[in-house]
Amino acid sequence: MLYRENGQFKTSYTSDLQVFPIAQDRIGIALLLAFAVFAVPLLADEYMFRAILIPFLILALAALGLNILVGYCGQISLGTGAFMAVGAYAAYNLFVRIDGMPMLLAILLGGAFSAAVGVLFGIPSLRIKGLYLAVATLAAQFFCDWAFLRIKWFTNDSASGSVSVSGLSLLGWKIDTPHEKYLLCLGIAIVFAMLAKNLVRSHIGREWMAIRDMDVAAAVIGIRPVYAKLTAFAVSSFIVGVAGALWGFVHLGAWEPAAFSIDRSFQLLFMIIIGGLGSIMGSFFGAAFIVVLPIFLNQALPALGALVGVTISTAAVAHTEFMIFGALIVFFLIVEPHGLARLWSIGKEKLRLWPFPH
Amino acid sequence: MKLTTLAFGAALAVSAVSAAWAQAKEQFFPVLVYRTGAYAPNGVPFANGYVDYLKLTNARGGINGVKVIWEECETGYATDRGVECYERLKGKNGGATVFQPLSTGITFALTEKAPADKIPLITAGYGRSESTDGMVFKWNFPLTGTYWDAADIILQHLAKKEGGWDKLRGKKIAHIFHDSPYGKEPIPLLQERQKMHGFELTLIPVTHPGVEQKAAWLQVRQLRPDYVLLWGWGVMNSTALKEAVATGFPRDKMYGVWWAGAEPDVKDVGDGARGYNALALQHGAEPNSAIVKEVLAKVHDKGQGTGPRDEVGQVLYMRGLTAAMLAVEGVKRAQERFGKGKVMTGEQARWGYENLALDQKKLDALGFSGVMRPISTSCADHRGATWARMHTWDGKKWNFTSDWYQSDEALIKPMIRAAADKYAAEKKIERRTPADCQS
Amino acid sequence: MGFFLETVIGGLMAGMLYSLIALGFVLIFKASGVFNFAQGAMVLFAALAMARFSEWFPELLKFDSKVLANVMAFVAAMALMVAVAWLIERLVLGKLVNQEGITLLMATLGITYFLDGFGQTVFGSDIYKIDVGLPKDPLFLLEGTFQGGVLVNKEDLYAAVIAAALVILLSLFFQYTSTGRALRAVADDHQAAQSIGIPLDRIWVIVWSVAGFVALVAGIIWGSKLGVQFSLALVALKALPVVILGGLTSVPGAIIGGLIIGVGEKLAEVYIGSKIGGGIEIWFGYVLVLFVLLVRPQGLFGEKIIDRV
Repeated sequence: MLYRENGQFKTSYTSDLQVFPIAQDRIGIALLLAFAVFAVPLLADEYMFRAILIPFLILALAALGLNILVGYCGQISLGTGAFMAVGAYAAYNLFVRIDGMPMLLAILLGGAFSAAVGVLFGIPSLRIKGLYLAVATLAAQFFCDWAFLRIKWFTNDSASGSVSVSGLSLLGWKIDTPHEKYLLCLGIAIVFAMLAKNLVRSHIGREWMAIRDMDVAAAVIGIRPVYAKLTAFAVSSFIVGVAGALWGFVHLGAWEPAAFSIDRSFQLLFMIIIGGLGSIMGSFFGAAFIVVLPIFLNQALPALGALVGVTISTAAVAHTEFMIFGALIVFFLIVEPHGLARLWSIGKEKLRLWPFPH
Repeated sequence: MKLTTLAFGAALAVSAVSAAWAQAKEQFFPVLVYRTGAYAPNGVPFANGYVDYLKLTNARGGINGVKVIWEECETGYATDRGVECYERLKGKNGGATVFQPLSTGITFALTEKAPADKIPLITAGYGRSESTDGMVFKWNFPLTGTYWDAADIILQHLAKKEGGWDKLRGKKIAHIFHDSPYGKEPIPLLQERQKMHGFELTLIPVTHPGVEQKAAWLQVRQLRPDYVLLWGWGVMNSTALKEAVATGFPRDKMYGVWWAGAEPDVKDVGDGARGYNALALQHGAEPNSAIVKEVLAKVHDKGQGTGPRDEVGQVLYMRGLTAAMLAVEGVKRAQERFGKGKVMTGEQARWGYENLALDQKKLDALGFSGVMRPISTSCADHRGATWARMHTWDGKKWNFTSDWYQSDEALIKPMIRAAADKYAAEKKIERRTPADCQS
Repeated sequence: MGFFLETVIGGLMAGMLYSLIALGFVLIFKASGVFNFAQGAMVLFAALAMARFSEWFPELLKFDSKVLANVMAFVAAMALMVAVAWLIERLVLGKLVNQEGITLLMATLGITYFLDGFGQTVFGSDIYKIDVGLPKDPLFLLEGTFQGGVLVNKEDLYAAVIAAALVILLSLFFQYTSTGRALRAVADDHQAAQSIGIPLDRIWVIVWSVAGFVALVAGIIWGSKLGVQFSLALVALKALPVVILGGLTSVPGAIIGGLIIGVGEKLAEVYIGSKIGGGIEIWFGYVLVLFVLLVRPQGLFGEKIIDRV
């Protein structure tokens, strides 16, 4: 009743090819963006910004990048942490070594370096498929872990191997309050989400999906696997690299290679599986789920325990978090293997019929 | 839409007012711990010691009557979880007094954030060595010593063993370290001493978590060093000792830093680790000290003990105990200036940590006689003391096997100054003026 | 020369230890097509069970004999692993029949987290001891020929022998027993196997139990060497290149892959690593596998990947 496109006629090709063809969708997204930009800063406190919203946005961006590679192009990659690290360290070196380098440019160039490294480690995908490729990308992960610990040049010859960044500013505007950091990450996330959405609807996106579904058949009908796979690695690593630079610059402030370890790669993979492979919206859902769940469990479990009259030690809470996390992942995979995005689209379909049953 | 915004606004206003009402009546200490993960065996006794001392403080009547409250937050030794814990706890219960991350990685991250939030960081026996310089690092307190002190003292001990610094020439020293900022911190000092005295230094990194050390010890076997320095944490320590047994390297030639010389590291290996030496950061295992007896009587006997009873008095437990003691004493000192019996803010506590003056009398009164030596901090020196000695495992317990050493200020002070200046230049921080030190 | 021999022997031993863990991966993949990322957690869980039971039984039942404690602990731990296998089949695999590979992979990752948390909740997160009487001191061979002799770790030697015995046992099991044949049939085609009357769920419980047994043996050996603690689960990351190199479906491949990776890693760390600062062990194995895969995308002994278009 509410979610119908009656009366919405498209009179030009441009309007037909819109990302959100249905007016209700457009209104919904506009409201969501307005809420995110204007209302959230008024309602959220510093903790919400620093511990929930900013990590959520940055990891959603990284999940977006990974989703392009795994969800749209079908190449399983477990080296995402390494690409984030490359982005972060490249941006750091550019920012610190070149006087007057604008922060945003440093971050974007960090992404570019990450794209180059991504293409390099993506070359094996031309020959190796599936699980074997997943393990091959772990080579990237461990190699980068080692490189950033051992090669002193990357960390500006710091004795301890730890680097830090301060003095962030965008076009002369100093970015040091959580509010401003949130808006920066939100802006970058929105821009990249729009770019990614349009990219996957274009012909390169269709090439990726063809490779994902049946790569031999795709090659037979004339799609060049080299071009498709390597561009997927490049675009994905670029986005992941930008996210890594943001993680280091905006969220952590000071980091060492362990911040981008294999746990991070697994975390991102979880996000896109739970959120939905092959879905832009799904990356955001998955990131929200994975970021909020541990914190929620951390607060809720002692509270629940207190209700029942049992004090739970921090160790027990941490272990229970693990157990519930694992159980929830399995639960989601059983209930909806296509992720939260699929639940969302089922919801929208039901909304089309509402209030009628069929 | 407008109505809901109004409602939100009203709710915000009420909560703001009520937050102001909820004035701090108690001193809040956040406790960052890791009771899970690869470093849990060492993190657990430290956390238990820390919390037990806070409980003891309350049992003794609080800090001049002010009750102490605390909240644990699990970091799992991961930097981002440490940052999340920091953000969650910094404003709670009227504001956190001090943070002690027990992780060099988290310390680096919080060093950036703590000054803005005006909360001091105590990194007793770890953290950045250059944060000794309080004129640059206003909010960091590496009380009782840093890794440069530790490395220097081990080398002093080795020199003493050999019969003088000149006898070290030509000797081979292998530094087996955890491949992280923690393990890499002492390297500049080791290299300085190498230049001065001409011994051969070989650096052998071990990747986290440190269970894979076969290749490292094969290298040790090929190298046949005279001494091995062990800079590990968690499982890496016991694995190193096991590999030493497996390759036949004499354990009495191994010297660990004060984080590699505790019961969890040697218990497993038992007799095999006999002869292994490690630094004792002023205290060792002190089961007969007055403070331990007091903790057992006032906390454990009342059923309030955080951990098992037989852990009380072990090395890392004592480390946590002394860390908490320093935290509490700093607040007590701050109260002397800002009002006895009042709750101290982070800023006021920082002044307390900068002006600690714990002489032996005060320490004895607290129950730390024979456990701690006097410590006194100042604006320029946030470290306060550089005493340490060696203890050795005899298969059943740790015994002190050396005199007291102090690190060589003449060598270390310029290194600290240079590193602190480099940090200040990078971050564009001005060195504090002496006038600022008085405030 | 002596030192080179030492490194090679050390590498071969380390490789055998990796292949102990790799066997579990191969078993499950061979029989159900699932890449079990939870193998590391299973090794940890089994080792924790063994370590703690061998502590608790003597206390609870008041006896002193170490041998009896170890035997009882082994039996109890094995029973626990069978229970875990049954639960995994019931609650996870049974519901995810016919899903894509990556979904099953993610499900095993979820099981990893669950087992990690559960194991530490029930058994604790301290370092625990496993003592099955394996000797700890080193053995020095050929002391006359080479100065200082060639070091051979006795414990690793026992482990190598046990691993080889396991491989032979498992190969015989797969080839000559009816259950083994049924397992191979299920691996080939689930539906065809079901249609000729092979009970799928029972087969999967058997497979995961055998993998649990392998995990227990691996856990005992690794735990005896390093002590049982959470970080044991991370050793599985070192066994992954072994699995891939040998081929996901080949049991002898797990051993050969293990030997190659073990020797390669140690030689690289000692000879190349010492020149460039060290710590290259972990990625060297993976990079080695990467290059082998470029030449043979299915691993050394794996089944050739056939794409039907």
